[in-house]
Formats: sequence, structure tokens, C-alpha cells
Amino acid sequence: MLLRLEPRQFTSKRMQYASPLIAAVLTLIAGVILFSALGTNPMVALHTFFVRPLTSLYGVGEWALKATPLLLCAVGLSVGFRGNVWNIGAEGQLTMGAVCGGGIALAFWGDEGPWLLPLMLFAGILGGMAWGAIPSFLKNRFNANEILTSLMLSYVAIQILGYLVHGPWRDPEGFNFPQTRIFGDDGIMPVLIEGTRFHLGVPIALVFLVIVWVFMSWTFQGFKVQVAGQAPAAAAYAGYSRKRVVLLSFLISGGLAGLAGIAEVSGTITQLQPIISPGYGFAAIIVAFLGRLHPFGILLASLLMSLMYLGGEQLQIHLNLPLAVTGVFQGLLLFFVLGSDVLVRYRIRLVAQPKEA
Amino acid sequence: MLKLKSWRSVVAGLGVVAMAMALSYGAVRADGHEKLKVGFVYVSPIGDAGWTFQHDLGRKAIEEKFGDKVATTYVESVAEGPDAERVIRQLAADGNQLIFTTSFGYMNPTIKVAKQFPKVTFAHSSGYKRADNVSTYLARFYEGRYLAGIIAGKMTKSNTLGYVAAFPIPEVVRGINAFARGVRSVNPDAQVRVVWVSSWYDPGKEREAAETLIAQGADVLMQHTDSTAVVQAAQDRGVFAVGYHSDMSKYGPKAHLTASTHVWDQFYIDKVQAVIDGTAKSDDTWGGLGAGMVQMSPLGDMVPEDVRKLVEAARGEIAAGNLHPFAGPVLDNKGETKVPEGQNITDKGLLTMQFYVDGVVGDLPK
Repeated sequence: MLLRLEPRQFTSKRMQYASPLIAAVLTLIAGVILFSALGTNPMVALHTFFVRPLTSLYGVGEWALKATPLLLCAVGLSVGFRGNVWNIGAEGQLTMGAVCGGGIALAFWGDEGPWLLPLMLFAGILGGMAWGAIPSFLKNRFNANEILTSLMLSYVAIQILGYLVHGPWRDPEGFNFPQTRIFGDDGIMPVLIEGTRFHLGVPIALVFLVIVWVFMSWTFQGFKVQVAGQAPAAAAYAGYSRKRVVLLSFLISGGLAGLAGIAEVSGTITQLQPIISPGYGFAAIIVAFLGRLHPFGILLASLLMSLMYLGGEQLQIHLNLPLAVTGVFQGLLLFFVLGSDVLVRYRIRLVAQPKEA
Repeated sequence: MLKLKSWRSVVAGLGVVAMAMALSYGAVRADGHEKLKVGFVYVSPIGDAGWTFQHDLGRKAIEEKFGDKVATTYVESVAEGPDAERVIRQLAADGNQLIFTTSFGYMNPTIKVAKQFPKVTFAHSSGYKRADNVSTYLARFYEGRYLAGIIAGKMTKSNTLGYVAAFPIPEVVRGINAFARGVRSVNPDAQVRVVWVSSWYDPGKEREAAETLIAQGADVLMQHTDSTAVVQAAQDRGVFAVGYHSDMSKYGPKAHLTASTHVWDQFYIDKVQAVIDGTAKSDDTWGGLGAGMVQMSPLGDMVPEDVRKLVEAARGEIAAGNLHPFAGPVLDNKGETKVPEGQNITDKGLLTMQFYVDGVVGDLPK
């Protein structure tokens, strides 16, 4: 006997909306079982995970802050994923955005003005775009698999960052530790809400979210990308250039990942260091699918993902649960959400194993 | 497809869950008593050996010593970036009166949060920035490296020693150099070869680096990385190894000569006591063999008696302050004098060390 996933002929609209709720209920049940087995009061644990992070203004600010890089990367990636272009290298594009934007901050260190931050953001976007353009060029010119090239270029980007902060960009007063100077005040995102870290990068990300939504839903170019993904033959027949879709997808996703990188660096870290992102570029792939590749779905998904990180910390701080337990719970949550989404659109069929010829 | 009835029960169930949560939350808040809360921020999972494991032993030592008077909390695997600031801040906001941040990348976040919580005492490991309520602490690991070098220099037959290292920062370079000086103090012909793995923890790469060094003739391996892969590789290939951070003998009983281990217990206990007494002040702790912050784990059976005596003598001399691993003359491996005869290297010189001493092969990556 074999298990096979089969697309449902008819996908229930009602179930599409219900599937996140089903997932939520399953997660709560699994959480009760998991935490009870560990001897922790499950109600306290669930409350600590989902509610406690958001019980202060600071916490809400952190929630938005942590969602922002995920949101930017995932919205960018969703454009390509809809067009059947598989950029797996947002992490690298994010890193190059941080490097280029941060490089501007360092170049003008001690000699700056209010023009610095816009210039840094611009450089960050360009850096991400440029890094994204490489796999698209390799794809269009040599038909190289973009999944591999974009992924490998991520590691290259991280090594470049490592080289710079260990070498030429090292803080001259920093005892040779691998980090740059702290950016000047004009190179740091202004905080918008006193007492939190909620900075200008968050609304900027929302603006880009709307732009992408308009692009995908209302423009001819966006339509071409969608057709290229859903019906490649039709796109070819209509004379839509496949190469252009590949390039465009990579420029958009690379640019937004680059923006995520420079927003992170100028908003919270305020210097370059060997590690900029704890894997936002990779987590964004999950976020993109969790949000069903739709900009507003991705907004919700990135908030959920962000809450999961914050909740995991809260479980450790308040209930002394080890990291592994919070990891298991986060995994369960994702499993249920993605699992119910799949089962709404597909069904599992038992099929007889084909006989050996 | 779910029936309407089952939907109702689901909704009802959710309501019960929500109510129970509200009730139990109240119960938790009611239970609060006067303990000194101590928070720890760790850069990696605790695991069975390594940097964070040793810090966690220190945390357990506090609990053992003070019992009911303290409550400790730790957060594992906190990334060195924006997340660190949030975690440190939350520990402070949650009433922790003393917070240990145990990785270099937490330096700036610790300083930032400390400004917002002037009544909380912070101690940051391995950095150089202090504030009125922020101390720094580290151990003179290089003293243990020097002793390891003496053992390695005596045990090697090929006169080639291998060193698996993470990143070319002063802390790591200092360890390599101290090891080489220990080696050269008993074996002027031996050479130390270094392979960089660009990671603090990557068992795969560490293993590869160890294999490379063995292929180049190394018969004693030393590491400045976090996993036990190097000791395991040595065990499998029939060469010796010196562990780091923790006693790693169970991962390679035939290979493990000793380990240079970190012992934070007394430092942590003293700090907690100072906060309880209200005498905590901002200071810099950098203790070594003398303070017991660096200790050698029991020497393996393969180490002969004369070597044991040699090591014990050197340990006593260093602990007493009569022997400095970087006592002049210190030459770099190009022959240039870095510390003249008759002087010891300064702490500043140790903290910014960016050269290989005589006895290390190759160029330091820039």
C-alpha cells in the first residue's frame, strides 16, 4: 500500500477559511498534552506563549520588529514563487543589503547628515537586487538551476560579511574583535514609539507590502508573472518573456530582502557583525507559504512566526522550560497549520503498490 | 466535513481554554516571594560539553550554594543581535536583579539595557565595555593552553601539533600562541599547525580540520571550537587530543590527554553574594589558574609520571605568579621581537594580540 496526495477537484471555500482555526485548535490540544507531560500547567504555558509577549507596549513593538524582516523577505519571495521562480537565497540578499547599506554608514562615519539614512536604505535595496540578479542571470544565460545558485550565493554573502568585519571594516577601537564601529546617529532608524524599539523600518515595510500587492493584483507585469507560474505554456504562447519574469522576480525579492537587511542593521544592531540574521531569509520561505503567497496572508503569517519566537523566549524565561521544548511546540504549530492547509487542497489516497515488472 | 454540532463543541472548548488561562494566570501572579532572581543568557544550547555547558555548571553551583535564597533563569541559543537586547531586557523587566550575559556579541545590548535598568547588576563575559552597573569577566584561558602545550610537546613523536581554531580574534590567537610557547618550552623542535574553521560550533568542519591536521603529520590535536568532534577524530585515528571548555575524556578516552576547562562557579557565587550584601560594584575579573577559573581536567593514563610532575610544577609557578606564559623575550614567527627580555606582556598586549609566536607555522589570516 502507498499513500498518495491527490488534488481535490473541488476546494471548499469554507474549509479554506476554517483550516487556520482547525490548526489552532489542534495546536492547543497538542500543547495541553505536551506541557502536561512535562509537569507544567498547560494553561499557564499556553498563555505565556501566546499572550504574555503582547501584554506590554514594548512587547507589541518587539512583535512588529521581529515580524518586519520576515515580512519583507517573504513578500518578495512570494512574487517569484507565484511565477514559478525559486529564490532560496533571500538570506544572502539580506546580508548583502546589510553590507552595502552598512558600508555607506561606515564610509560617511563622522561626516554625516539627514541624507545618510535614505542613502543607506537605497544602497541596501540595490545591494540585495544586485545579489539577486546573479542567479537570474545564470538562469537566463546558462539555464543554471536558481534554487542551487541562490542558495549557494547565500553562503558566499555571509563569508563576504565575515571577511569585512574581521578585516578591513573592523572597529579600530574594538580590540580587534570582529565588528564595525557603531553607526552615527544619522545612520540609525528613528524610534517612533518612546519606550520601545519600534522604528521607522516597520511602516516602510508595510508600504512595500502594499506596493507588491498592487503590483501583483493590478498591473500587467504582475499578471504576466502569475500566468508564468500557473500556465507556463499559455505565457509562452502569449509571448510573455520567461526571462523577464525570472529577472523581475529576483530583482523584487532581492531588493526587498536587501531592505530587510539594512533595516535590521540600521534599526536595531546599529553596526555590522559576523551574524546579522538568525535565518530570516530561510524562515521567510515558510512564512511565504504559510501566508498562501498573498501579501496580506504573509502579513498575518509573519506576525504568527514572530509571536512564536517571542513566545519561545517567554517559556524559557518564565517557566524555565528548555529551548528544545519550545522548539518542539513551535514545530507542532507549523506542522498543524501547513498540514491542514495541504489537506484542504489535497486528499490522501491509499493506492496499491504497483507490481514489480 | 465537520458537522455543525462538532463546531459548537470546538467553540465551547476554546472558551473553556481561554477562561482557564485567565484563572491560572492570576494564580501565578499571586505566588511571588523575595528571592534574588538571577538570569543567564546563553549563546548556544547547553548540551553535554562546551562553553555554555560550563556557564550552566556555574548557574547550578549558585543554586546549590544559595538554595531557596535564589531563583535562576536561563535562555538558550540567543542570537547575537537584536534578539539579545530583547531577552536581556525581558530578564531585567521580569525582576532579575543580577544578569549574566555570556557571549561577546551581547556586549552592546548589555550596555544598552543596563542604562534602562540602573538598579539591576549586569556582568558580561568576554567584552571590554563597562558601566556603573555592568562588570566584565573572563578567564585567562591561555594559562591552561600553556600547560596543555607542555604535555603536547612531551607526548608528540612527529614534532607536529595540530590546532583547530574558530576565528582569528585575539582570544583565539592568544590561545594558539600560549600553546605554542608551552610546546616550545619543552620541545624546541616542535611546530604548531593551525586550521581555521570559521565557526564556533560545526562538528563536520571540525572533524575535517582534525583529519587534515592528522594527514599533515600532527599526532596531538588542540582545539578552540565548541564540539567534541576533534577529540573523537583523534580517538578514531589513534592520535592524542587536548579537550577544551569541558572535560571531554568520555568522547575519546584513549586520545584525551587532559582538557583545559573553564570553572565559573566561584566567580558566580561571589557575584551573587555581593548583590545579596549590596556590595556589588562595576569591575573587571580576569582570573586564571591561580583563581581556579581555569583548571586542567585529570590527566589521562597515557601521560607518564615525569610529564605529570613537569605540568604540576608549571601550574604551581603560573598560579603563584612566578611564571608568565608570555614572559619576554617573545618573538613572532617572522623573528621580530614583540616583548623584550626581562618583561612580561601587558594585559593590553594580550587583549589585542594579532601575531603568531615563534613555533606556529604560517600567516595569521587578516
